[in-house]
Amino acid sequence: MPAELKICVVEPDPDRARLIIDGLRDAGWADVTVIAEIGALARRLTDLDPDLVLIDLANPSRDMLENLSAASGAASRPVAMFVDHTNPELTRAAMRAGLSAYVVDGLSQDRIHPVLQTAIARFQVVSQIRAELDAAKQALAERKTIDRAKGVLMQAKGIGEDEAYALMRRTAMDQGRKVIDIAKALVTASELLQ
Amino acid sequence: MNGPVLNLGYVPLVDAAPLVIAHELGFAAEEGIGLNLLRQPSWSAVRDLLAMGQLDAAHMLSPLPIAMSLGLGSITAQVDAMMTLSANGNVIGVARGVADCMRSHGWQGRFDTPIETGQALIASVAAPRIGVPFPHSMHVELLQYWLDALGLANATMVTVPPPQMADAVAAGDLDAFCVGEPWGSVAVESGVGELVLPGSAIWAFAPEKVLGARRDWIESNPVAVQALVRAIWRAGEWLGQAGNRSLASEVLARSEFLDLPEQVLDRALLGELPTRQRALATRVPHFLRFHDNGATFPWRSQAAWIGARMAARNGLDVQQTIQIARAAFRTDLYRDSLTDLVRDLPADSDKIEGAMAHEAPAPSLRGQMILGPDAFFDGQVFDMGQV
Repeated sequence: MPAELKICVVEPDPDRARLIIDGLRDAGWADVTVIAEIGALARRLTDLDPDLVLIDLANPSRDMLENLSAASGAASRPVAMFVDHTNPELTRAAMRAGLSAYVVDGLSQDRIHPVLQTAIARFQVVSQIRAELDAAKQALAERKTIDRAKGVLMQAKGIGEDEAYALMRRTAMDQGRKVIDIAKALVTASELLQ
Repeated sequence: MNGPVLNLGYVPLVDAAPLVIAHELGFAAEEGIGLNLLRQPSWSAVRDLLAMGQLDAAHMLSPLPIAMSLGLGSITAQVDAMMTLSANGNVIGVARGVADCMRSHGWQGRFDTPIETGQALIASVAAPRIGVPFPHSMHVELLQYWLDALGLANATMVTVPPPQMADAVAAGDLDAFCVGEPWGSVAVESGVGELVLPGSAIWAFAPEKVLGARRDWIESNPVAVQALVRAIWRAGEWLGQAGNRSLASEVLARSEFLDLPEQVLDRALLGELPTRQRALATRVPHFLRFHDNGATFPWRSQAAWIGARMAARNGLDVQQTIQIARAAFRTDLYRDSLTDLVRDLPADSDKIEGAMAHEAPAPSLRGQMILGPDAFFDGQVFDMGQV
């Protein structure tokens, strides 16, 4: 009876959280809770006392979960990161999908595997969407900085836009750095000199 | 370069410098290996990816390989420290309100008075909540050692990722914190906290980060291991020259590495730290060491000290824990890899920890080794022969 498992998903983004929960519920796990607020993570987990915690491998707040396995209070149940030595391929697939799972001690592998397989599929979709979004955001932010730096150069040296960009690119190549780093340095310097 | 390319994990901190410099200044290429530097969002991620083989080696908190080898925490794997990457480099800070309270209890605001500072903290907050980056870290060991010795038993250690430390202080979730640079300085700059002690004020020569790898990977890649240890040792030697530190800060500041302003990274690298917003910098000798006085030697006695502390806290058998801890610090690999490169090597792989209040000559193969200072703030020593 998969529905008996109490599952907790740590995911601040509501759209991503929805994708994961829907996947789990469609597959028959009803008791799924989302924790979006990272600040309250430890307390919420203690209150919920889940059997299984699913969290993005790249979530910078993951270290907070370490307190769960380090805690030695009588009330706490030992928690371990999910690693299946009999089936390392499953563990690797989870990692590739960006999923880390924390499992309460004593839970049988038969009960965990189907949840993980469903979660892996969902995390793959989520990771891909996120990677695309992050790349788009970063490109936008970098373009803004580069445009500002171009403006600084154009004004200071009385040159055109193409020439300003060419100058930054040449400097970056000479110094073995990225254009965005040259642009950042220029913007910072011009702010200081104002 | 025609050798293998190694996947190296690191957490964006100033003390990841030896890895970054080994790559950027070409030491790795000269030793015949390529480094694929992979920035990681958390220590858990470093640990898991290393355990599962996605990383070959990694920048790790010095207690982490020992914890993993002991099976503490959520994943067990036999992980060894091939060398130490850096000694010292942490700061202890408090929320601004706590600092004001400490002043009202007579604290002078000095950065080198661990006893007075600790007493003022204890007088100000009965049961402090203290932020640390990870349960298995030198930060926890230093704090516990300091507060235990001063008689404070009811501090709560809360794990907070370093980049979120300043926010957690601002939100009132923490009274104090211990964190690696630049994150203490970031808390100072944002005005939410003040620095009260460098980690070196508690233990003058604490192994902070190590170069970790799985034992089975080490065994099956002996040539790559030697090249890696040599390349990173050479980066540490370069970083050990004071004149190179500003350039190191410029390299680390780049977007692909720490992506933070050079001015903030300079503080740790130059050992000149403003302890509060708009204050003049306080100079801290040996704030962060990468090379001199045996800083990269993975002393088995340091592993034993960490093991003994872990055993006491987790109710483990002391002798057995120390044995596992010592075996995880690979002085043998260090010696084999560097014998023709270093000027000298310690004669022994253990020393009495805490015995040197000042630097002093030490028994070595060629008689040229200077070690220390390595004193604990309370003057205690840790002697392997006495445990």
